[in-house]
Amino acid sequence: MATVTTPNGFTLDDSGRRVVVDPVTRIEGHMRCEVNLDEDNVIRNAVSTGTMWRGLEVILKGRDPRDAWAFVQRICGVCTGTHALTSVRAVEDALGIDIPENANSIRNIMQLSLQVHDHLVHFYHLHALDWVNPVNALKADPKATSELQQSVSPHHPKSSPGYFRDIQTRLRRFVESGQLGPFKNGYWTNPAYLLPPEADLMAVAHYLEALDFQKEIMTVRTIFGGKDTHPNWLVGGVPCAINMDGAQAAGAPVNMERLNYVRSITQRAIEFVNNVYIPDVLAIGSFYKGWLYGGGLSGQNVLAYGDIPDRANDYSPGNLMMPVGAIINGKLDEVHEVDLRDPEQIQEFVPHSWYKYPDEARGLHPWDGITEAHYELGPNLVGTRTDIKRIDESAKYSWIKAPRWRGHAMEVGPLARYIIGYAQGHEYFTDQIERTLRALDLPVSALFSTLGRTAARALEAQWAAAIQLYFVDKLIANIKAGDSATANTAKFDPSTWPAEVKGVGFTEAPRGALGHWIRIRDTKIDNYQCVVPTTWNGSPRDNEGNIGAFEASLMNTKVEVAEEPVEILRTLHSFDPCLACSTHVLSEDGEELAHVKVR
Amino acid sequence: MAAGAKVLILGIGNLLWADEGFGVRAVEEMHRRYETPENVTLMDGGTQGIYLVQHVREAEVLIVFDAVDYGLPSGAIKRVEDDEVPRFLGCRKVSLHQTGFQEVLAMAAMMGDAPGRLLLIGVQPEEIDDYGGGLRERVRAQIGPAIDMALDELARLGIRLRPRPRPLPAESSIACPIMTPDRYEGQRPPEDQAFRKGDLRVLAGGGFAPPEDPESELEAILAGRPGEVR
Repeated sequence: MATVTTPNGFTLDDSGRRVVVDPVTRIEGHMRCEVNLDEDNVIRNAVSTGTMWRGLEVILKGRDPRDAWAFVQRICGVCTGTHALTSVRAVEDALGIDIPENANSIRNIMQLSLQVHDHLVHFYHLHALDWVNPVNALKADPKATSELQQSVSPHHPKSSPGYFRDIQTRLRRFVESGQLGPFKNGYWTNPAYLLPPEADLMAVAHYLEALDFQKEIMTVRTIFGGKDTHPNWLVGGVPCAINMDGAQAAGAPVNMERLNYVRSITQRAIEFVNNVYIPDVLAIGSFYKGWLYGGGLSGQNVLAYGDIPDRANDYSPGNLMMPVGAIINGKLDEVHEVDLRDPEQIQEFVPHSWYKYPDEARGLHPWDGITEAHYELGPNLVGTRTDIKRIDESAKYSWIKAPRWRGHAMEVGPLARYIIGYAQGHEYFTDQIERTLRALDLPVSALFSTLGRTAARALEAQWAAAIQLYFVDKLIANIKAGDSATANTAKFDPSTWPAEVKGVGFTEAPRGALGHWIRIRDTKIDNYQCVVPTTWNGSPRDNEGNIGAFEASLMNTKVEVAEEPVEILRTLHSFDPCLACSTHVLSEDGEELAHVKVR
Repeated sequence: MAAGAKVLILGIGNLLWADEGFGVRAVEEMHRRYETPENVTLMDGGTQGIYLVQHVREAEVLIVFDAVDYGLPSGAIKRVEDDEVPRFLGCRKVSLHQTGFQEVLAMAAMMGDAPGRLLLIGVQPEEIDDYGGGLRERVRAQIGPAIDMALDELARLGIRLRPRPRPLPAESSIACPIMTPDRYEGQRPPEDQAFRKGDLRVLAGGGFAPPEDPESELEAILAGRPGEVR
C-alpha cells in the first residue's frame, strides 16, 4: 500500500511503525486494533478487528420466535434488555401485533432507565480511567478538592474536606494492598493524563458514588421485568399485571406503591445526572478541551433509527422521541429518511470480514443476510493462523461485517443521535449542546470529537432521565383513567400465523442503532439477523475501501508514548464498544493485560 | 458468622455456551428443590458483571457456582475459599464474565463491603465450544454434588434449607422460564440447520486443552503467580 486515499476521504499510510493493541481492555468482548505511526507518533493507518466469531443468528434458526428474546438477552451482560426489546418488536412487526398503551410506557421506562444506567456505568467505570488518573488522586489536597467540588456542583451534598480525606484514605489502602483491581492495567505515569490531583480525587469519589447509585436505577427494571437480574419480556406487551389496589409482595402485580417508588428513583436519577455526571463531564472536559481528536466519521456520516415511541404502535419518525435519520458528508441541513425495510438502504458487506457470500462485490440486506464463517488470511500477514503478529487488512481481517447505509460507512451512538437532533433543530438537544459548548467555550466543530462523543452521552443521560419521568407520569395517568391492560395475546397462538412472514424491530441501544430482522416460516425462525451498534462502529473496510467509524476516529491522532496508547483506548472507549454481540463470545486463551507491541 | 447472616448464592456463566451454563443451572436446580429462609438469596447472575456489585456488597456470605477452568479432568468439582477465589476467577479466561466478576469483587472491596466469607464451587467444563448447546453429561451430573457442597457450607453456618415437598415445575425457574433445560435442549434445531462451531482458530489451536501438568498450575495459582501459568 504505502499511501492511499479512501473514498470517504482518509489518507492511509502503512509505512510507519506498527502498534498492536490486543485485546483492547475494558471492553465486553474481544477487539484488536493495529495502527501505523509516522515519525512524529501520529496515527496514519488504523485497522480494527473483531477477534471472535458471531454465532447468534445460527442458534436462533428453527426456534420459536416468541422465545427469541430470551436467547438474545443472554448474548452478553451489558444490554440484556435492549436486545430483548428489539427482538419482541421484530416479532410483533412480523405478525402485526399491537401492544397496549401501558406496555409501551413500561417498555420506554425500562429502555430509558437502561440508557441512564449504561451511560453512567460507561462513563464512571469504563471510560473515566482514560481521562482520570486514580494514582494521581493520592496527591490531592482534600480541602482544595472540597472547594473544587463546591464550585463545579454547588448542590451536591457530598463535598466536605473530611469526605474527600476519607475517600483518599480508602483509595490509598486499596492501592497499597497491591490489589489495584479495576485500576490495574493503567498507564498512570503517562503524560496524556492532564487533570490536577484534586480533579482526579473528585472523580474517584464519584466513581464510588455512581457505583452505589446504580443499584437504585436497576430496581426499575426489576419491578417491571418481574425479576433481578434478567427481566422477563413478552411478545404482545409486558409480562407484568397492574392492580392498583394490590398489596406489595414479591411477584405481585404492579401497584401504586411501586409506581411511586419508580417515580422517586427516577427523580433521584435526574438529580444524580444533573449534580454529578454533567458537572464532572464539564470539569474534566475543561482540562481536555485542547484534545479534540477522535471525530472520525462523526463530522460526515451519522445514522440513527430512532426510539421511544410516544404513543404505542406508531414507529414513524414524528412519534419517536429519539432522533431518526441519516446525515451524509456533513450536510447538517439535509437529514435523510431511513427505512429499515428498503433493500437498497442497509446492506452488509464481507470482502474484509471472515464470512462468505456467493458474490462479495454486493452487500446483502439483513432480511437476506447470510452468516457463513470463512476464516482466511491475506498474503501479507505476519505470523500464523493462530498467532497473528500483523494482520493483512488488504484481505479479510475481522469477524465483524461491514454494514453500510446506501454504501456509506456510518457512525451510530449518542453523538450521532445528538448531531441528528441538532440538525433537525430539536429544541431540548440543541439547548443542551449550546449550553455545553458555552460552558467550555468551544465552537460547534468541537462536537465532532472523542470529547463530543463523551459529552453527548452525558447529555443523553440527562434527557433520558427527564423523559423517563414523563412516561412514569403518563403510565400512572393512563392507569388512573381505567386502563390496566399490559398485554395483547390475540395472536400469541402460532396456529393463527401466516405460513411465511418477515419483520424488523429496532431500538436505540445505549451504544447506538440496533436492528433485528426476522423471517418466520411455518411458525419457526427461518432467518434472524442482528445488526448491532458495534457492527456499525467497529466495521472493517468495505468493497470500496471505506474505513469504519473506529478506524476513522483514530486517524491523525498523536500518541504521546507509542508503548502506552492511552489515546487509542480513550477514543475507542468513547464509542462504548461492546463486541460480545457484534462478534462471537468465545475467547482465545487470553491474557488479561493488554498486549501492546510496537513493530 | 451467625445463622442469620445474609447469604447470596449466585450462579454465573452464559447459558448459551454449553458447560458455561453450569453455574446458572446449579442455582436454578437448587431453587427448584429447596425453600430458602429470608436471609438466603438464590440468584441467576448470568454474565452481568458490574450490575452484580450491589448484590455482592449486601452479602455477608457469598457462594458462587461457576464453570471454572482449573485445568482438571472435565467434570471435576472443586471448592475454593476466601482469598483464593478472585485468583481463580481471573487465572484463565474461559468466558467474558470472569474478568468481570473478579472486578466485581474488587469493587465491593473498594466500597468496604466485600463479603466476609467467599466460597466458589466450580466444575471443570468438558465442552464450551458448542454455542446454543446444553450441559454435557459429566458436568450435569455435578449439579447435585455442587448443591450438596453449598448446603454443607450453609449447615456450617447453622442454616438449614427445607427441601420442597416436590420440586417446582421447570417453568418456575429463577433463571429463565423459556430456557429451562428441557425446552432449551429439546427444541434445539439439528446441526445441519444451525452451525455450532466456534472460532476456528481456537478449535485449531486447542486453546482450551487441559494443561500438561495441572498440579503445578494449581500450585502456581495458589501461590499467587498465575502469570507464570501459560
